[in-house]
Amino acid sequence: MDKPADWTTGFEAILYQVCAACERPQYFRRGFCAACGSTGLAEQRASGKGTVYATSIVARAATPETRAHVPYNIVLVDTEEGFRMMAHGANDLAIGDRVSARFAQFAGRLVPYFERER
Amino acid sequence: MSYITGVGLTSYGKHEGLTSLDLMSKAAELAIADAGLRRAEIDGILCGYSTVSPHIMLATVFAEHFGIRPSYAHAVQVGGATGLAMTMLAHHLVEAGVVKHVLVVGGENRLTGQSRDASIVALAQVGHPDYEVPLGPTIPAYYGLVASRYMHEYGVTEEDLAEFAVLMRAHALAHPGAQFHEPITVADVMASKPVASPLKLLDCCPVSDGGAAFVISCEPTNAARVKIRGCAQAHTHQHVTAAPALSELGAEISIAKAKQASGVTISDVRYAAVYDSFTITLAMLLEDLGLAKRGEAASRVRSGYFSRNGEMPLNTHGGLLSYGHCGVGGAMAHLVETHLQMTGRAGGRQVRDASLALLHGDGGVLSSHVSMFLERV
Repeated sequence: MDKPADWTTGFEAILYQVCAACERPQYFRRGFCAACGSTGLAEQRASGKGTVYATSIVARAATPETRAHVPYNIVLVDTEEGFRMMAHGANDLAIGDRVSARFAQFAGRLVPYFERER
Repeated sequence: MSYITGVGLTSYGKHEGLTSLDLMSKAAELAIADAGLRRAEIDGILCGYSTVSPHIMLATVFAEHFGIRPSYAHAVQVGGATGLAMTMLAHHLVEAGVVKHVLVVGGENRLTGQSRDASIVALAQVGHPDYEVPLGPTIPAYYGLVASRYMHEYGVTEEDLAEFAVLMRAHALAHPGAQFHEPITVADVMASKPVASPLKLLDCCPVSDGGAAFVISCEPTNAARVKIRGCAQAHTHQHVTAAPALSELGAEISIAKAKQASGVTISDVRYAAVYDSFTITLAMLLEDLGLAKRGEAASRVRSGYFSRNGEMPLNTHGGLLSYGHCGVGGAMAHLVETHLQMTGRAGGRQVRDASLALLHGDGGVLSSHVSMFLERV
């Protein structure tokens, strides 16, 4: 598979796949649908909108690069498109908050960063 | 039929200068002696892994080092569930007549063999390499996410979680081999350094050196008659991003299958040994397994239900949280303690009745589960 042009490779985008056969969205990119096995997948760009499912603010990081960023908030977001993703978020986010994504630099990489919708 | 005929456990904490193989050997020697066997009688070896000394063939490395030429040997890797997964496999191997005596062994110099940062980095790799690890999560953060959601859904508080750390420490005080010997209070847990919210330092198990081993045999070899009554696994996901809803957790699936395999109900259980990498892990698993109702495990801790003299003594050696966690051997200590309790050899920690025990292990981020019932016959 080609590398995706999304945040995992340094582009300001969140991509996901939708199965043509069963219509399930999936976030972890593969050559087939993990739900039904179909190889008919369409790559789509997510809106970046969603709802906070869980949060954890990291105070103890394990590398010099990540330690420079503490405290940082690791969040799980249920996206509007129906898949769940891990990202960074503002430190004041709470479960259930409606959020939208921008992108931020973290330890030399681009990462999605969610903030409460205004 | 399969029986746990011998157990061996080192103290956990610092074992300066000892390698993973040294710690595995110490525990193995204790377990074989406990079973009343000679090394040459061991015809199967199952071992875990060592993050300090990774090897693609650890079981044969160990067998050669220890001086055994088994007819069956390989390593098993299911994170924290490895110890019970090996025990389940050993049970099936002896039941199938493949081998007579399986040595199950785990040990690692995880504390003194590498820096604590190196351990944290190595363990965080259970996360997804593209979609999680670049975000800088740690194992406590993965469990912090789970905790935040569980607390939100069931009204569990940080003080509730602290109760589990206090209980495990109270139990560890009675075990000379435990890593920690200073009593702690809920206030101490609450005041400990933040690690990954809502988890604080005392909500987290330590990194330890140590080793544990058991022998699983096709028939009893001595007076200790502890039978594996039944066991089952469930694997629902690897990464926390892909975890199922809280209403369909793997522990609930594995315990249901283990009950079916053994004909045991939770009301038959007299002793519990449950994986406790973090306070939230223990709180959730107790509730998933049916040892407490949703959101009520902490109140059962407060009422003494899980104490040594309570109705359901739990991890009387102090668990991962206070006996210590050396990787694969970590949760194997739970089984060693269970065996000592079931055979009346727990000394000052002895509980009234441990005739039937429930053990549960968890690997990854509530990813891999093994439930097991042991019975004294």
